Amino acid sequence: MSPADIHQQLVAQFGDKITGAKLDAIDPWIEVAPAAIVDVCTYLRDDPKLKFDALNDLCGADYLETDPKKAAKFPHQPHVEVVYHLYSYFLKHYIVVKVKLPRWQNDQVGELPEVPSVAGIWLIADWHEREAYDLVGIQFTGHPNMRRILCPEDWEGHALRKDYEFPLEYHGIRGK
Amino acid sequence: MSLTLEDPRVVEFDVRTDEMLVNMGPQHPSTHGVLRLLLRTDGEVIYEVTPHIGYLHRCAEKIGENLTTPQWIPYTDRMDYLAGMNMNLGLSLAVEKLIGMEVPEKAMVLRLIIAELNRIASHLVGMGAYGLDLGTFSPFLYAFREREIILDLFEEACGARLTYSYITIGGLTHDIPAEITIPSGLAALTHQNPNKKVSWLGGLTMFLDWLEPRILEYHTLLTENAIFIKRTAGIGVLSREKAISYGCTGPVLRGSGVDHDLRRDGEKIYTRMYEGFQFDVPVAPFKKAPPEAVLGDNWCRFYVRMMEVVQSIRLLRQGIDKYTKASGTTRVPYKMTTKLPVNEVYLETECPRGQMGFYLVGNGEDKPFRARAKSSCFCNLSVTAELCQGCLIADIPAIVGSLDIVMGEIDR
Repeated sequence: MSPADIHQQLVAQFGDKITGAKLDAIDPWIEVAPAAIVDVCTYLRDDPKLKFDALNDLCGADYLETDPKKAAKFPHQPHVEVVYHLYSYFLKHYIVVKVKLPRWQNDQVGELPEVPSVAGIWLIADWHEREAYDLVGIQFTGHPNMRRILCPEDWEGHALRKDYEFPLEYHGIRGK
Repeated sequence: MSLTLEDPRVVEFDVRTDEMLVNMGPQHPSTHGVLRLLLRTDGEVIYEVTPHIGYLHRCAEKIGENLTTPQWIPYTDRMDYLAGMNMNLGLSLAVEKLIGMEVPEKAMVLRLIIAELNRIASHLVGMGAYGLDLGTFSPFLYAFREREIILDLFEEACGARLTYSYITIGGLTHDIPAEITIPSGLAALTHQNPNKKVSWLGGLTMFLDWLEPRILEYHTLLTENAIFIKRTAGIGVLSREKAISYGCTGPVLRGSGVDHDLRRDGEKIYTRMYEGFQFDVPVAPFKKAPPEAVLGDNWCRFYVRMMEVVQSIRLLRQGIDKYTKASGTTRVPYKMTTKLPVNEVYLETECPRGQMGFYLVGNGEDKPFRARAKSSCFCNLSVTAELCQGCLIADIPAIVGSLDIVMGEIDR
């Protein structure tokens, strides 16, 4: 199925839960409302015409321009994204699904944004969501084991945030 | 319970087995690097395995966001350090997909030769180290003898033996040399004058002629060895559905019976390198499997790798033929400061250990706004908890070894 067909089918099924799409991108993507991500992903996996049985990659991305000179030209509003790269072994087609979240929940700096976990749909999401939590700072609600995976458990901050500051000291080890 | 020691039988029969927490690693030799497995065992039987990773974490993605893409290539070498060429290729193709760059035909053929040669080297280490995990030393020595020749050839081609940065955006940094001294290992093995001059491709052909019959020897040493079969067949069974759901790729996926290889089924920008080449994708179950072997067990995963070496040799022979007929250059210039368009790409390539993906977000600047490396071993390792449940402690090296992981790629 072409990305446009997939988009059409999703809009017909979920209506305004599909909040956007960029179908002329190199890898076309569809944007989904955070609350509906589990329903949409279950549908994408189970529908006989879609059958996205594999999640190739799940990652977070932080959209923020920290340089004040470039901030005016920056094409995005500050936000974080969760990007799901799906593939179907049966039908051999690809689609990218995105979820846009605020950088901080309720604009409270330090409160991580939340999105429902898809670890129940694809087992690969278990570790990848932990990685996204660890490095980008996104809380996946309903995840069976939401802990850091690459950094130590007492690490502070999330390294792939654009405004991340490298710690000056960690357990007596100097950082700079 | 308080023990009264008057009756010695009370002590004698009060033998209980307690659950025990055992740390395997991070410095355990059979964990292939700094992987720590936390085992909850009852005697020899495993109840639960929790892998702890991150000992080599250096946030390569953050580094990538602070460098231009050609500057990031040396860092990809250090991800899967046993297959640096394939890592370079993955990133180069992703950038080429993002900026819509065409690579000359000669460069594509040379890339194929280099990538497949590195695949052989990587699978040789996988085979040798797996033998080592299971307690046999000689296959390791044979594997490293062969790999040494490949590394010598790479050294002649690009100057480096482990971290190559040879394949780059737009092609390869330079063409292969016209004349080299025969690799010393190859000269010794084939009883030739060590000062003999050969062409690079001539040396490669000589090596392939020498390697091909040796694969049968490895089968006698390992694949058909009764002890090896006892240790691998029927252990660590990964079903087809679980393999897909866990995102396993490469030999692990094909060992579970999924016929999928990106060299054939991948995206156009990658598969066109392999257009016109004849090769098969080895997929379990195999006719030659011992009766004890089950679809998706350690033995199948190992055998897929062995068969892939044969296919890589086949591809290399066709590649050598095609390269000698190709004309043109091996590189289109790419400026270090080329601005990346406002767009994003994700591209996976078939690396020896599975599908390595690169996700790049361009922002109109020379540095990618988001640079992500999706690791294949990361997904392959995540099945250990499931595979090791209920097996014996001694089976853990056999299971983890059959996944053939490289920690540099997992921790990034």
